Amino acid sequence: MLKALRVRASQGTQYITDLRKAVPHGFRGRPRISTTPCKEGCDACVKACPTDAIALAPFRLDLGTCVFCAECVEACPEGKLAFTADPRMGAATREALVVTEGPDRIDPVLTSRSLASVFGRSLRLRQVSAGGCNGCELELNALSNVNFDLQRYGIEWVASPRHADALVVTGPLTKNMADAVRLAWDAMPDPRFLVAFGACAISGGLYADAPGVDRSFFAEVTPVLYVPGSPPHPLTFVHAILDLLGIE
Amino acid sequence: MSAARLLLVPLDAAPELTVTEWRIALERLLRDDDGRVVTLFGTPNDERITITAVVEQGGSELRALRTVVERDVGYHALTPEFPALHCFERELHEQHGVRIAGHPWLKPVRFEVTGSKGRDAYPFYEIEGKEVHEVAVGPIHAGVIEPGSFRFMCLGERVHHLEIHLGYQHRGVEKLLLARDPRSLAPLVETIAGDTSIAHTWAYAAAIEALAGMAVPHEIDAARGAMLELERIAMHLAGLAGLAADVGFLQGASSYGRLRTTAINTSMRLCGSRFGRGAIRPGGSGTTLGAGPDLAEATNGAFTSTDLLRNLKLLSDDVAIIDDRFSSARTVQHRLRGVGAVPSALAREIGLVGLAARASGVPCDLRTRAGGVYEHHPIEACVEPDGDCWARARIRIAEIRRSLAWLSSVADAHPRWEAARPRIGALAPRQLVVAMTEGWRGEVVHALETDGGGGLARYKVQDPSFRNWLGLALAVRENEISDFPICNKSFDLSYCGSDL
Repeated sequence: MLKALRVRASQGTQYITDLRKAVPHGFRGRPRISTTPCKEGCDACVKACPTDAIALAPFRLDLGTCVFCAECVEACPEGKLAFTADPRMGAATREALVVTEGPDRIDPVLTSRSLASVFGRSLRLRQVSAGGCNGCELELNALSNVNFDLQRYGIEWVASPRHADALVVTGPLTKNMADAVRLAWDAMPDPRFLVAFGACAISGGLYADAPGVDRSFFAEVTPVLYVPGSPPHPLTFVHAILDLLGIE
Repeated sequence: MSAARLLLVPLDAAPELTVTEWRIALERLLRDDDGRVVTLFGTPNDERITITAVVEQGGSELRALRTVVERDVGYHALTPEFPALHCFERELHEQHGVRIAGHPWLKPVRFEVTGSKGRDAYPFYEIEGKEVHEVAVGPIHAGVIEPGSFRFMCLGERVHHLEIHLGYQHRGVEKLLLARDPRSLAPLVETIAGDTSIAHTWAYAAAIEALAGMAVPHEIDAARGAMLELERIAMHLAGLAGLAADVGFLQGASSYGRLRTTAINTSMRLCGSRFGRGAIRPGGSGTTLGAGPDLAEATNGAFTSTDLLRNLKLLSDDVAIIDDRFSSARTVQHRLRGVGAVPSALAREIGLVGLAARASGVPCDLRTRAGGVYEHHPIEACVEPDGDCWARARIRIAEIRRSLAWLSSVADAHPRWEAARPRIGALAPRQLVVAMTEGWRGEVVHALETDGGGGLARYKVQDPSFRNWLGLALAVRENEISDFPICNKSFDLSYCGSDL
């Protein structure tokens, strides 16, 4: 009993009071691209990027393929790119994941009125890993630990797709999981929606050209929410899902 | 001597043995000379396959034995005499089609060639009898975890046999590793097993440095060692949190869980990622201590050795309190003691590595025999005799303590770490390099072969999970099926690291 009380005392208060205001110090998050012109003919960042996330003239960085390795920052002779600790990067469309030059503007994910009215007070998620490296899986698990405590919003993980409202896919989608992902999706009752969590799920990421990958499921079902990162920070998911469901 | 275990062999000077010589040499090393196979893999060359066996002798010396076989002729399996080789021979057969006569069960390890249709050709073992029933689990599991298929053959509640069927996570890592400049593979290597990013990337970096003839400064070596221990502490805490949750001991689940947050957030302050992404690059480091990371200044004050030591002290103090509660709770002991035991002799026979082996009384820990940072800051292996779930929990508890003390001494001796990205020169042609690190699960092995132009001809990746999955299958025999989650969590093996 005494030992249990000692644990309780050492535990203190662990939950993050306001997830919307929390800053993940040190996190390599949302990139900022200055308007400094590139050196004539320089494509060092494009060459350094392992996932072809950067396009030039005009400068565009696709957060859906970026793995936040910062090789571009290392390669750029002009210091044009920098990563900030801002976790707010989720988007409801693939296009909204593209970051351009100039002053950064955070577009919150647009609230879906239809999803908000059905799931705004209770959302059940089923996760399926299809080639994920356990980075995304651990961050999704972290959402239900005592720090992030996502359940406070009525959002919880469930074991069966039959009980789920949304399917959260991690990993580039392997050939050997293609059938199982379809089965899980087909088992979910309407209304339902798909979330792509992490660069691998959004675009294939580092595995876009891998021989064991089959992304045809994403051609059939379009995600309603994209959560970038490799792996995404739990707060990136929190902001995105709360915005989508119109939760303050 | 380097902090990663290394073997560098110039291929043109390496003797190519006949299959018979190779076999005799290997048998002698394994049977008489206290040797063990570290890895065994094939390198294709048209219809002929070069087989490389890397053997560790007497717990220290590494040797490579190479032979060439015709794909269709192959050789006679070594598995019946040395069961630890079963997974290597299955992989050799699957990846290169080498005929291996006399292997008891050449079931593909990943179904990477045949895909899901190939599974039909290898149905699960069946047991006949009135009392027998089968339980199928997976590939999707009831939790936020990776996929794999388990088939339990049960007599009542008792598991008679478990067959583990993997490959669902197969992406084709080894082929992808050959597609880019070998010097810029770090981001990909970091995702081979994303919870073991540091151990894998360190092995990769050490291999490239050996091929480029580079030595890394002490500071970088120390920073890598520190990041590896942070990874170990974080994942051991995750393992203990999971075990606590699986036995319904919720105070343990929440306490170990939030302490893991402190550990991974410390990693994030040092390298920008909670999983050590970007921390290690060939020849260099992306880890900084004492100077602000190269991120937006507004949100990142400098993280100094004082901050690091404060976090380590907080972890030490609070981990000790929950350890005391967890270890003395009767409910925990009752669920974990004597469950899922792997006796020491069996662990050696099937070639278990890492924490699972140490929990079964096998004192194998690469850090105890490595140079570099481990020369100045030695670390001892933690060993438990019983091989059950309790022993695997105890190893984690002991290793967290030891790693925290080790980290503190390194942070004291090296209060400032700078990021560095030196240019890597051309890689030496026609070399075999094997680099090994002790990840939190066990030894991570990367074997690279360069061709005549210094490009890569072969990249063999081996996560400790590849060898340890059989340990889990054997651990649950004669246990109650309801104890499977505990057994599984106590091994905590990687699916993607094994499936590649």
